[in-house]
Amino acid sequence: MFYEKYKKLIAWAQLGLALVFTPILIAQGRKMIQVKGSDTMINLVQVLAEEYMNRTPAAKIAVLGGGSGTGITALINGTTDVADHSREISTKEINQMWEKGVKPRTFTIAVDGLSIIVNEKNPITKLTMDQVGAIYRGDVKNWRAVGGNAQPISLYGRQSNSGTYTFLQETALKNKNYSSDVKEMNGNAQIIEGVLSDEAAIGYVGVGYVLDKTTGKPMKGLKVLLIAKDDKAESFSPMDKDAVDTGKYPISRGLYQSTNGKPGADIAAFIQFELGPDGQKIVEREGFYPIGAKYTQENAKNLK
Amino acid sequence: MSKQGLRNLKESAVRTFFLMNGVLTIIILVGIFALLLYSAVPAFREVKIGEFLTSTSWDPTSPVKAEYGILSMIVSTVMVTLVAVLIAFPIGLGVAAYLSDVAHWRVREIVKPIVEILAGIPSVVIGFLGIVLFGPFLAGLFGRTNGLNALNGAVLLAIMALPTIISISEDSLNAVPAAYAEASLALGGSRWQTLVRVKIPAALSGIIAAFMLGMGRAIGETMTVLMATGNARSFPHGLLDSVRTMTSNIAIELGEVPYYTTHYYALFAIGLVLFIMTFGVNLVADLVLSKYQEREQ
Repeated sequence: MFYEKYKKLIAWAQLGLALVFTPILIAQGRKMIQVKGSDTMINLVQVLAEEYMNRTPAAKIAVLGGGSGTGITALINGTTDVADHSREISTKEINQMWEKGVKPRTFTIAVDGLSIIVNEKNPITKLTMDQVGAIYRGDVKNWRAVGGNAQPISLYGRQSNSGTYTFLQETALKNKNYSSDVKEMNGNAQIIEGVLSDEAAIGYVGVGYVLDKTTGKPMKGLKVLLIAKDDKAESFSPMDKDAVDTGKYPISRGLYQSTNGKPGADIAAFIQFELGPDGQKIVEREGFYPIGAKYTQENAKNLK
Repeated sequence: MSKQGLRNLKESAVRTFFLMNGVLTIIILVGIFALLLYSAVPAFREVKIGEFLTSTSWDPTSPVKAEYGILSMIVSTVMVTLVAVLIAFPIGLGVAAYLSDVAHWRVREIVKPIVEILAGIPSVVIGFLGIVLFGPFLAGLFGRTNGLNALNGAVLLAIMALPTIISISEDSLNAVPAAYAEASLALGGSRWQTLVRVKIPAALSGIIAAFMLGMGRAIGETMTVLMATGNARSFPHGLLDSVRTMTSNIAIELGEVPYYTTHYYALFAIGLVLFIMTFGVNLVADLVLSKYQEREQ
């Protein structure tokens, strides 16, 4: 009797529930891998993910930027599966991870020579690490002091959530503060934009960003500076693969991906693709450098 | 239930509904203020409030010593906003006067919608124009190597504030009773005298509201200034310096900051200061408005 009366209503309710829950269930069946972090790495990882999805139609990967700090924070808060970062995870972040039970496994997927760039109209061709540090600390304010034109230096940089910002601060700036005159841009591409249109500019970007992919040479209008470790050392270009590989180029670094604990099967498969020969070919095509033997071993250990 | 009873019920239901809407806005406002206050106060466990408001160096991620001084940002915000309004207000009032007093009705029918379309342009687009078009122009004009500075931001904000100022000023000029203008013209006043000495003073409350609302539009705008002003943290020494406003700073740093740290709370404290500033502007606008309305009556 009761059932008879409300039959219609129950049927409708069932339909409604089905409509609401089916998409959720479907979405869960096809799990999307979230990758988030470094702006330097975003183009590279996006291309890698696209290529991987072409080969493995079942895979779904979403790649987001935001900066290395943002990616690592997301890994700590559990809002991403993989964090891209262009600097190592800091001790403070490691502590936060332990507090939250996050046990990071880090993979080096490519090598970058951080490139110091100026406008092509600037006569400067090389700088030492000390000079780069002095310029970004604001101790040197005019190009004349480092052998250029008498022109106030116009500083372009990244925001503090950027791994590149931290990396340069730790290396060239020797852990001192950046000058407060640095114009803080949102990403590598914006720094390039700024340097292209500003004769007195200096900026720093990942080497993959200075390459014009159609010609294989640095982008027109930009000049990539040679960097020397100190006054006595020889200076090298970040476009020089050997110098970056051997560490003669003083600001070369790994580009990393971290997961929480041992990566699950679908994530591990993607990382394996990135580290494999096809993935590394893409790394080179995007203007970065493939990983050497040392990193390969470490990576293999972390995948197990 | 009788028909009359049903009607009364409906009436009171509708009345309650509207009352609830009114109450809701108040609850939202109080809620936002409470949330801001709650999230901002912990910042002052580590940062002295005096230092927070008067120090010019902001560097929360410094490896040497974290510094939390927002004076540079306050000055930058005030500078960019004031210059924007000073540029926009005369132009806006001029356009409003033209539309209400001088323009042929056909011209007005064309120009008014265009002004309203201007209000609909997304701030990202205006910021982009600042980077590619207006910045390089300013750089050339002042012999600088780049145009990412306070003036660039101010001009863009002026463009964004214009539609508000024009629409409201024009409405209030149109609302002046025709008898005022007719009396002035009959007494031998020229059209210019009628406009400046009769119509504008009569519409003053609306014009001041337009000024204040334009200022409110400018002070809270984020994306445009973020893109166009260069975001350097230094204390501004002029309009051609690169500056970082309070809104830009919050937008830049809130996305990356680890939760529940002093840096996180300090960003909310900046939000609170901004809230108090805009609240002040609106309060002054309201006081001025009610004063003029009293005088008119």
